[in-house]
Amino acid sequence: MEDLIGAFSAAFDLMWDFDASLAEIVLLSLYVSLSSVVLSALFGFPIGAALALARFPGQRLVVVMLNALMGLPPVVVGLFVYLLLSRSGPLGQFGLLFTPTAMIIAQWILITPLIAALTRQIIADLWLEYHEQLLSLGSSRLRMLPTLLWEGRFSLITALLAGFGRAFSEVGAVLIVGGNIMHHTRVMTTSIALETAKGDLALALGLGVILMILALLVNGAAYLTQDVAKRIAG
Amino acid sequence: MQFSTASCQTPAAVDTILPLRIDNVSFEKSGQMLLRDISFLVTGGGTTIILGPNGAGKSLLLRICHGILQPTRGVVKWLGTEACQARHKQAMVFQNPVLLRRSVAANIDYVLRIRKLSIGDRKYRIKQALDLTGLSDLVRRNARVLSGGEQQLLALARAWAVYPEVLFLDEPTANLDPAATRAVEEIIQRFRSVGSKIIMTTHDLSQARRLADEILFLHHGKLLERAPTEQFFEHPENSNARAFIQGNLLW
Repeated sequence: MEDLIGAFSAAFDLMWDFDASLAEIVLLSLYVSLSSVVLSALFGFPIGAALALARFPGQRLVVVMLNALMGLPPVVVGLFVYLLLSRSGPLGQFGLLFTPTAMIIAQWILITPLIAALTRQIIADLWLEYHEQLLSLGSSRLRMLPTLLWEGRFSLITALLAGFGRAFSEVGAVLIVGGNIMHHTRVMTTSIALETAKGDLALALGLGVILMILALLVNGAAYLTQDVAKRIAG
Repeated sequence: MQFSTASCQTPAAVDTILPLRIDNVSFEKSGQMLLRDISFLVTGGGTTIILGPNGAGKSLLLRICHGILQPTRGVVKWLGTEACQARHKQAMVFQNPVLLRRSVAANIDYVLRIRKLSIGDRKYRIKQALDLTGLSDLVRRNARVLSGGEQQLLALARAWAVYPEVLFLDEPTANLDPAATRAVEEIIQRFRSVGSKIIMTTHDLSQARRLADEILFLHHGKLLERAPTEQFFEHPENSNARAFIQGNLLW
């Protein structure tokens, strides 16, 4: 109990002071997670929609595999990206290891399957409602893809939020490829891991509280946007 | 008003997707025969109504004619000179139309973009279709917030805008009140008057009397009778058709 009170008091102190180094960590966290979500959406939306609309042998197997990839272990992805980007790796020449870009790449790999799998389910459900009408209107399957993505825009926000939640709370992958370097690649989750390791549990929990408040704010903002847009668009 | 398109160089009489030949069409699902060996030929002009009780297979047959459902057996073939254009020269209005989550005008624009019309043509046709259906005041309204009657009118406007040579209607007034039904029927007559071939399903006898030039009577997936409207109602040859007209047909 004392730990918890200490945590909230630490969180309050942190927010009250809100010094430059905390701001830096918070902003980098948001930058990495939001960038990877946007990047994953660019790939995940069309991949998921195409998988919902296409018909080919082995499609079910691909869907099962995609769904399984939703549970990719972050440390495995981190290790994979580490090997790719390390000096001796195939992409070593770009010198990306231990940079925010490496963290974005790792999270992009981590959450693209999640967004694609959720998108596939949303578009497959819409397809049941729309396909006769769209066929009747003369729409090709290729044209149905952007049409259905647009029709499902409100539900797809949920897929984005799921992706953001996974990216924002994830520690394993960003720790491995980012290295938790102060003023460079330190984000909220890696800070929490570090403070815990150092034994400063109150500070670690305080950072955790701020992380949760931020996640709540982002989700709340998305929910409000969705709600207002739905009310206007019907 | 007559439908004409800027791109059509040949006279309307030549430029056609009709006749439509339905040859020994059957449809089976889960071991159940829902349509059985149906054959008929549809030529241009007038209104053909597919009449029959619930579960007769009317909507199924209409979807197969329209080409959005493939028959298990048999052939559906457009025989006209423009048969290759068949997809873009027909339209269908469903009992529960699916409207896109965008404005009334954008819903119509969507089908015109598919047909690759110029922006000028698209604007002209959208205005024309909205004027016809009386939806001009709702042009910017989101289609999903319209009333049931307005949604059906928008579905008709969307069909009108493509200048269909053949218009399929699947029980278009089944969910509407009498006033909306009347508005929809008036628009169907406008389609007919500009030369669109209407193929429509209904189980409403008085509506069939009002609108049809000929009746196809369907029962248990079989085409039992085809006759001009007056002949069908005055002297039905088939005993099931007779029972249906008298309100005695059990299904």
